[in-house]
Amino acid sequence: MDQEKNQDNNSRRKFLKLGLLAGAGTVATGALLAAGKSLKGESGEKIKVLTTSGEVMEVDKNYLSLAPVGRKESHEGIPGRKFVMVIDLAKCKNARKCVEACQKGHNLTKGEEFMKVYLLQDSEKSAPYWFPKPCYHCDNPQCVSVCPVGATFKRSDGIVLIDNERCIGCKFCMTGCPYSTRIFSWKHEDAYDSKQPYSPEKSVPGVEGTVSKCDFCPDLAREGKLPYCVSACPMGVIYYGDIDEDVVTNGVDTYKFSDLIRDRAGYQYLENLGTRPNVYYLPPVERQFPVERGYDGLDEDIKARYDNTPYVQKLKKKEKK
Amino acid sequence: MSDITSDNMLKEFAPQLERTSNLGKVWIGFLIFGVCMGLFALYTQVTKGHIVTGMRDNVVWGVYIVNFIFFMGISYAGALISGTLHLFHAEWRKPIIRMAEFITVISLLIGPLYIMLCVGRLDRLPNLVLFGRIQSPITWDVIAISSDIFGCFIFLYLALLRDLSKLRDFSELKVPAWQKKMYKILALGYTGTPEQQKRLKHATDIMAAMVIAIAIIVYSVLAWIFSVTLQPGWHSTIFGPYFVIAAVYSGTGVLILAMAVFRKVYHLEEHITLKHFVNVGVIMLVLAAFFGYFTFSEYLTKWYGSEKNDEMLIKILFKDYYLFFIFSNYVGVLLPLIVVGFKRFRSIRNITITAVVVIIALWMNRYLIVVPTLESPYLPIEDAREAWRHYSATWVEWTLTAGGVASFCLFFTIASKFIPIVQVSELKEEPIEPGDITL
Repeated sequence: MDQEKNQDNNSRRKFLKLGLLAGAGTVATGALLAAGKSLKGESGEKIKVLTTSGEVMEVDKNYLSLAPVGRKESHEGIPGRKFVMVIDLAKCKNARKCVEACQKGHNLTKGEEFMKVYLLQDSEKSAPYWFPKPCYHCDNPQCVSVCPVGATFKRSDGIVLIDNERCIGCKFCMTGCPYSTRIFSWKHEDAYDSKQPYSPEKSVPGVEGTVSKCDFCPDLAREGKLPYCVSACPMGVIYYGDIDEDVVTNGVDTYKFSDLIRDRAGYQYLENLGTRPNVYYLPPVERQFPVERGYDGLDEDIKARYDNTPYVQKLKKKEKK
Repeated sequence: MSDITSDNMLKEFAPQLERTSNLGKVWIGFLIFGVCMGLFALYTQVTKGHIVTGMRDNVVWGVYIVNFIFFMGISYAGALISGTLHLFHAEWRKPIIRMAEFITVISLLIGPLYIMLCVGRLDRLPNLVLFGRIQSPITWDVIAISSDIFGCFIFLYLALLRDLSKLRDFSELKVPAWQKKMYKILALGYTGTPEQQKRLKHATDIMAAMVIAIAIIVYSVLAWIFSVTLQPGWHSTIFGPYFVIAAVYSGTGVLILAMAVFRKVYHLEEHITLKHFVNVGVIMLVLAAFFGYFTFSEYLTKWYGSEKNDEMLIKILFKDYYLFFIFSNYVGVLLPLIVVGFKRFRSIRNITITAVVVIIALWMNRYLIVVPTLESPYLPIEDAREAWRHYSATWVEWTLTAGGVASFCLFFTIASKFIPIVQVSELKEEPIEPGDITL
């Protein structure tokens, strides 16, 4: 037990090193570098921040203004990083907070979801479970292979992004992705009129007639923050971190990634397709909530999407009786 | 039996070029109306966005892609049929070869338009060249199709050259002066000297072979767009040859239909006879057998192995798309085998009806390849919105489909007003026996 705690603390320290956890006065090198490039002149006002190596240093205030990373820089990725996500299916109760926070953060409409929550059941006799599904940011991404114009690309930090200013909207990537991750902007939305400068790292503002998807929130990572879905989840289902540093956190608990995967039998979804996803799942064993907790309280229009699942059909049959 | 000189032939075909009957005008007007409706639908789609189509996040490609495959497929009529028949010196090909080449070039011009209708940002099409990635099958497609259009156009033009020079030299032709001038320019000073003839023959031989090769490449690349993905219904090794066979098959269907229509409208009964229908019909029969074989092995392996997702796809095909499946993959295969296979069924009417059935069946076959696969992804579709679960084409898509067919007919009609629909030069009548093919 003590050992475990020790490990916990260790990994937490490591994680702080990453600068992913942003408290007040913490800033990521990425943000510094990016901001440094895009801003000229110093204001003279210094602010104390924690660097990636754990030291306190003073930085000019102007460098802290976090302008979105430009299109060119966003093709390259954050140096020295390799992002990974772990989703603990044992804790998910379909609270949908991840979905909502993501939609808010990315200026999406109600119908557009970068994060989707499925109700899966592997076979007739096995138990149903909630299955949050972001983009897997595969290491062998089909979507990137098939894109005719390089509008979707794989970065050095493992993130697969879309450049909505280059995308021609052929949707080949959507048929290429075996995980139905990508969504298309079928019509103009008011949110697209936003005046803020476009950045592929933010996926905002959206562009009509192009494809978009979960971006792993590299803009937040540069600021030292966790993705919207991770910080919004009340159950701490989603962990985010760096696979090279071997650490993941959900904002409360921090784990050594390899230990977590080993101890909890983590797996990748449909890894047999050879896509090599960077999102791992922890199987839904010893669950904290029964599956109906995620279904009963839902709005009718959300409930309806699960109508064809064996679980709901069984439920409806019972009700009739 | 008697030799017909080119001039006599020209006299016979001159009225087609000189006058358009009232019915013909109505027909052209109707087609223009169809094209305009298509343009209106296109306007709606461009201004309101792709939301006006039935396509959604799961079924991201609908009838547009089906039409794209379909039109690219019938372009095979010219490429393979006229190319092959040319290389094998099949004499009987002469009255129908022009039609086949027209079908090729016209459908090649229309087909790619449909893939553009699938594209969300038409204004960014230049990106395909500016930022083109050779790793993407779409880039392969762009290169292959443009080469195909270029090659087929040259092939058609080479075949036209002699006729254009005949038209230029034919003084009795009563057409406007500009049209005569057009013939003169297009004939490129061809007068039929032995040297010119030799060169023309040489060039045509090369292009006939080239056109066959390019056509096979184009259609394989088209199939690979689907089969390189991991989708259960598409990720198949036989898709390349399967698509090639299906394409030639549909091409023969359209050729037979065109033969029947022009025979009636332009009174070509003397030139296009039962023999031609039976000969093309026999090619169609052979292709039907191949097509049936490919279809069978494609679905047999999926069904027998019954992997989870294959099983789901088969279930959808045999449940939701039952009638489609029966029509396209049973009727569409068996009908030509029966009608052309048994001598007593072989009449121009029967073969033409069969051809129409084949055309529709093959369109449906492509629909079955595209839509049900996209409706059965690895992760089940969990969406409350009906349009997201099941694809059904909207009026915009149907109108644009009709508009494409109308423009095909329109181009064909217009082309036949400027150039005789039957090759007039070197056309000799020969003793004919229904059913004998001199390949």
